[in-house]
Amino acid sequence: MPQSRLTGSRIRERRLVSGIRQADLARSVGISPAYLNLIEHNRRRIGGKLLVDLARELGAEPVTLAEGAEAALLGAMRDAAGRFPDQEAEVDRTEDFAGRFSGWARLVAAQHTRIEELERLVEALSDRLTHDPHLAASLHDVLSTVTAIRSAASILTDTTDIDPDWQARFLRNVGEDSARLTDSAQGLVDYLEAGTNVEATPISPQEEVAVFHEALGFHIPSLEDGSGEPQDLVAASDGLQSTAARDLAARVLERYRADARAMPADDFAAAWNELGDPGLVAARFQVDPAAVLRRVAALPDGPATGLVTCDGSGALSVRKPVDGFAVPRFGAGCPLWPVYQALARPAQPIRTLVEMPGRTPRRFTCLAISQAHLSGGFGAPPVFEATMLILPEDASTGGEALPVGGSCRVCPRADCAARREPSILSGSG
Amino acid sequence: MGKQVLVIEDEPNIVEAISFILARDGWSVGTHANGETATEAVLANVPDVLILDVMLPGRSGFDILQELRGDPATRTLPVLMLTARGQKKDRELADRLGVSRFMTKPFSNAEVLEAVRDLAGPTAS
Repeated sequence: MPQSRLTGSRIRERRLVSGIRQADLARSVGISPAYLNLIEHNRRRIGGKLLVDLARELGAEPVTLAEGAEAALLGAMRDAAGRFPDQEAEVDRTEDFAGRFSGWARLVAAQHTRIEELERLVEALSDRLTHDPHLAASLHDVLSTVTAIRSAASILTDTTDIDPDWQARFLRNVGEDSARLTDSAQGLVDYLEAGTNVEATPISPQEEVAVFHEALGFHIPSLEDGSGEPQDLVAASDGLQSTAARDLAARVLERYRADARAMPADDFAAAWNELGDPGLVAARFQVDPAAVLRRVAALPDGPATGLVTCDGSGALSVRKPVDGFAVPRFGAGCPLWPVYQALARPAQPIRTLVEMPGRTPRRFTCLAISQAHLSGGFGAPPVFEATMLILPEDASTGGEALPVGGSCRVCPRADCAARREPSILSGSG
Repeated sequence: MGKQVLVIEDEPNIVEAISFILARDGWSVGTHANGETATEAVLANVPDVLILDVMLPGRSGFDILQELRGDPATRTLPVLMLTARGQKKDRELADRLGVSRFMTKPFSNAEVLEAVRDLAGPTAS
């Protein structure tokens, strides 16, 4: 029983924190100091009445001593402490704190989670303000119109002997410009109001498709059994506003259907379980390895997987995140992702163990390959596409792992050679 | 006849207002709205002061300024640049290209008038 091995440590920690001598505690529960010493060093198992008595003397819940506070809570608290290392939180006594003040501990963890959510939101919004052409154009329009109105109004008020024809002309101009300003201002307000719901207002076709894909799911039954048409799925979507997004989504779904036809779900799952290698599975179905990577990411059962694809410029076209491996909704990913290495080594399979940062680092095996499409013709420059499958690994997976991140703005690796822009995380100064 | 000022700006109502106040101040005002042909228009009849908007259809005011500074006829021409974006980098770029004065929208008539008078020098009308 793994917990009981640690119960003694918790009793000892608790006793030392409370400033009670071993002999005194032993006497108060009717055992010898030597026996308590064995318990505290996890050399004797403990339970039942003795545990209850010790808990009472230490002012703790027996269950807290026996099982410790909840592991997730402790993890979150350690993460929270790691965010502000300057505060020198007593990380070695996290468990004690959580055991004694469980409400406060949950508050610390909840605030930590909330801070992370808000940082992601700020990242999304600041991206928008920096790169948003619509906002820049609207503001330019408003300022120009305000300037025109101000000029004309000042002529009308300051020029005492103004000619009636000019007066009429400037009055008309002010009227026109006021109407235009109303439209621009209203447009700006509508836009900013819509902007309060970040989820609902994708700014690029790629982002529209990412949202659409997330909503639809990455396993699409109606394309598996042939009962659905890609065009119908696209037409039925409210989220795909632009023509570009519809075309992009349709292409992704057409390819999904082609993959499903070439590798029917049941046959594919069986082959994948049997062979477990994209190269071998590709040979069996006579498809290219990238199709196998896509197909693994579309499996309905089994462990969660992530998938990204990008073109030769590195622009991501498919963004399927997996827990712990954050894929930005828009913009570029981490330059160290193997998918980008694959672009530099066309047709070479790449298998890399990577580690995502965090107070609890997560490890993933990434399988990536890039392929040339000659759809422009045999003499035209080949169009490269790289595909990367992301398979979560246990934290205990050993070996050298490549340190990567999600995107630079939310990555804490301060001294990364591949950093493209500063992080907004407070911890990485 | 007073000194000549040329206004290169695509916003017709701003052009009209600026022309009006400058004309009342005794200036002879020419106007031009197209970025692509702006340099030719300036060189065809070099004014005493040029008012140049940054955001023009066809060509940016920065490009026009750079070209004018490269031509002996307009190397020292006083240029007042107008922009709706007062960003530091725009201002720095304009300085580097040799702008005489930089003004951000929204400006007042009095500010424009004063700037144009200053740029024309002590012998201004």
